[in-house]
Amino acid sequence: MTTYIIRRILLVPLLLLGVTIIIFGMLQFLQPAERAALYIRDIPKNPEALESVIRTYGLDKPIYIQYWNWLVGQKNPNTGEIHGGILRGDFGYSRVGAEPVIDMIKHRFPATLELAIWAIIPIIVVGVWLGIQAAINHNKFIDQFARVFSIIGYSFPAFVFGLLVLMIFYANLKWFPPGRLSNWVIAEINSGSFKTYTNLMTIDALINGRLDVLWDALRHLILPVITLSYISWATFLRITRSSMLETLNQDYMTTAKAKGISTKVAIKKHALPNALIPVVTISGFTVVSLLGGVVITETIFNFPGIGSAAANAASQLDVVTVLGFALFNGVILILANLVADILYALVDPRIRLSTN
Amino acid sequence: MKATPERNLNNHSENGLSTESKEKLNLLKADVIATRKVGRLERIIGKETYRILKGLVTTPTSIIGLVLIALFVIIALAAPIIAPPIPGTNPYSMPRDGYSAQPKPPMSEWKSGTPPIPFWYTALTGREEWVHLMGTSSNAYDIFYGVVWGTRTALKTGVIIEIATLIIGILVGSISAYYGGVVDNIIMRIVDIFMTLPFILAALILAAVLMPVLGRSTLPSVIALIVFGWMSYARLIRGDILAVKERDYVLAARVIGVRNSKILFKHIIPNAIFPTLVMASMDIGTYVLNFAALSFLGIGTEVGYSDWGQILSFARDWITQLGTYWYIVVYPGITLILFVLGWNLLGDAVRDVMDPRIRKMQEASSSSES
Repeated sequence: MTTYIIRRILLVPLLLLGVTIIIFGMLQFLQPAERAALYIRDIPKNPEALESVIRTYGLDKPIYIQYWNWLVGQKNPNTGEIHGGILRGDFGYSRVGAEPVIDMIKHRFPATLELAIWAIIPIIVVGVWLGIQAAINHNKFIDQFARVFSIIGYSFPAFVFGLLVLMIFYANLKWFPPGRLSNWVIAEINSGSFKTYTNLMTIDALINGRLDVLWDALRHLILPVITLSYISWATFLRITRSSMLETLNQDYMTTAKAKGISTKVAIKKHALPNALIPVVTISGFTVVSLLGGVVITETIFNFPGIGSAAANAASQLDVVTVLGFALFNGVILILANLVADILYALVDPRIRLSTN
Repeated sequence: MKATPERNLNNHSENGLSTESKEKLNLLKADVIATRKVGRLERIIGKETYRILKGLVTTPTSIIGLVLIALFVIIALAAPIIAPPIPGTNPYSMPRDGYSAQPKPPMSEWKSGTPPIPFWYTALTGREEWVHLMGTSSNAYDIFYGVVWGTRTALKTGVIIEIATLIIGILVGSISAYYGGVVDNIIMRIVDIFMTLPFILAALILAAVLMPVLGRSTLPSVIALIVFGWMSYARLIRGDILAVKERDYVLAARVIGVRNSKILFKHIIPNAIFPTLVMASMDIGTYVLNFAALSFLGIGTEVGYSDWGQILSFARDWITQLGTYWYIVVYPGITLILFVLGWNLLGDAVRDVMDPRIRKMQEASSSSES
């Protein structure tokens, strides 16, 4: 197993290199003047000043030099300050956000994190439960129901589902509004009477002992959580079901039954632990994609997270910002996939006990 | 058993039998079916393909899927008849009834810029004036035209993305599997890297950087979805080729000295390609969905182009009044869902028919039941 883990870790720098190359490659579609946003806040309008900016930051140099500059940053000879450099955590300046891209990510991340925390529980619990029920009752009513449910789930685009629930629960019933907080909460935060500690509103509300704020935050979370759950359940259901079916058909399950233990115990003790191994991988993947910002769901519900910021920047062709988000997203994806794979190795006895 | 007239002609005596002997007769018939005759079609296309095709036309879900897909193909082909465009204009741009920002409800009358009335409309309703069958969206674009001509956009983009991703995937996958070793390792790591990128975000960026270069059209989104969409086919065909490569007939071909390239193209790829082809052709729904998602986010076609995602994006201007303007969401939304559902139903059936593990399980369960 150690070899497996070491090999897996060695893959990380390679993936990082590849992802940065692809992202940098996409930057090449931009004009040099637009790429200047990677280094400076205000791109000068006047052609001479622009020319000097392009020269200072080597935006007309060969690609490999530009790539290197992009990685480590470039010193401004006049002030001696280093600008840019993704390795220094400087992703350039956002035209749409009017602030450095990395600050924008920092401001937006808590909202995305909070949504992810609230969404992941119903997604995994309900999805896996449905999958297990479908597999145990193979070809019975609940299985057929689960199957139809998952096909419809696959076919339901998040944005159509989101618009429909908004239509019903916001426009018609006025129960759950879009956005993240009501105006009166935002006013309280701005006036300082409500203190934010973690920027996760549900937790801050508890720390402040304010149940009204907690309810307001939850009210805004419900619809996005429902949308994310509905579109993710299909995947969880399908994977759990097929993995469980496969496990139930293994010889050791027949042995267990032959020993005379009840079906319930056989399923709980022998089938479940093995059947849930693939679920670990897909859970890891889901958590990561939630953390990376769910572009479409956040956009529909006007939820101020990373995904909606990226979509907004893209629709206004602020490429430097979107690339910054993609880079952030790619890095956490790579790291989280590493964690998921190592977890997988720990959970799966076939890998855990292998010697080579 | 259903008694068809034909059967009755053949078995006059059957009606007089007791239920018990009828059952026995049925069992006998089941035996006869087990040693059934191999039909001409089956002989031509081969046992495996025949089994898959038969599975597809007998599974209820796949029949619904096929019907839905056929319906959309017919709508796409008959678009000029269903919703005749204004002569001399681009049929793909939704006709506008004035410039009012306010949406108009279904069945409201065309006031200006009325396109020709289709013959079926007067025949069905007896009315002489053309109405907005599905209402209008923001800026007075007719939703009905958008939905009908959007079917063409959907099928076209879906098929183009499908073919392009398949070609790239098959090329990359077969080269990787065939050469093996270092080449395989490098190519598969590249595939890993592409798979690491968050799909919708990566496609979003590429489409956004391509848009100023190529102009607003379907092209930027299509290219973006192709660039980040081929990887799973490469993996799929690679796995199948690796399996086929080890077959005895490949070894036999090697032994008698057949050239490498001939082995790859004549013996390996034709035998490995079928699962990938079938699986892939079912992905058109997903591609159309992703294309619509990009349009929904405001990337891609010019404003007013018949494209379901774009009509849905108009609904974002009216979030608070969606109760009144429900038709902007409901009509294009349901069309998109039905389209994707059709492909997914068919795809689901295909996966079941083709997956040998599931087949084995089904055989096991049916034999244990009998």
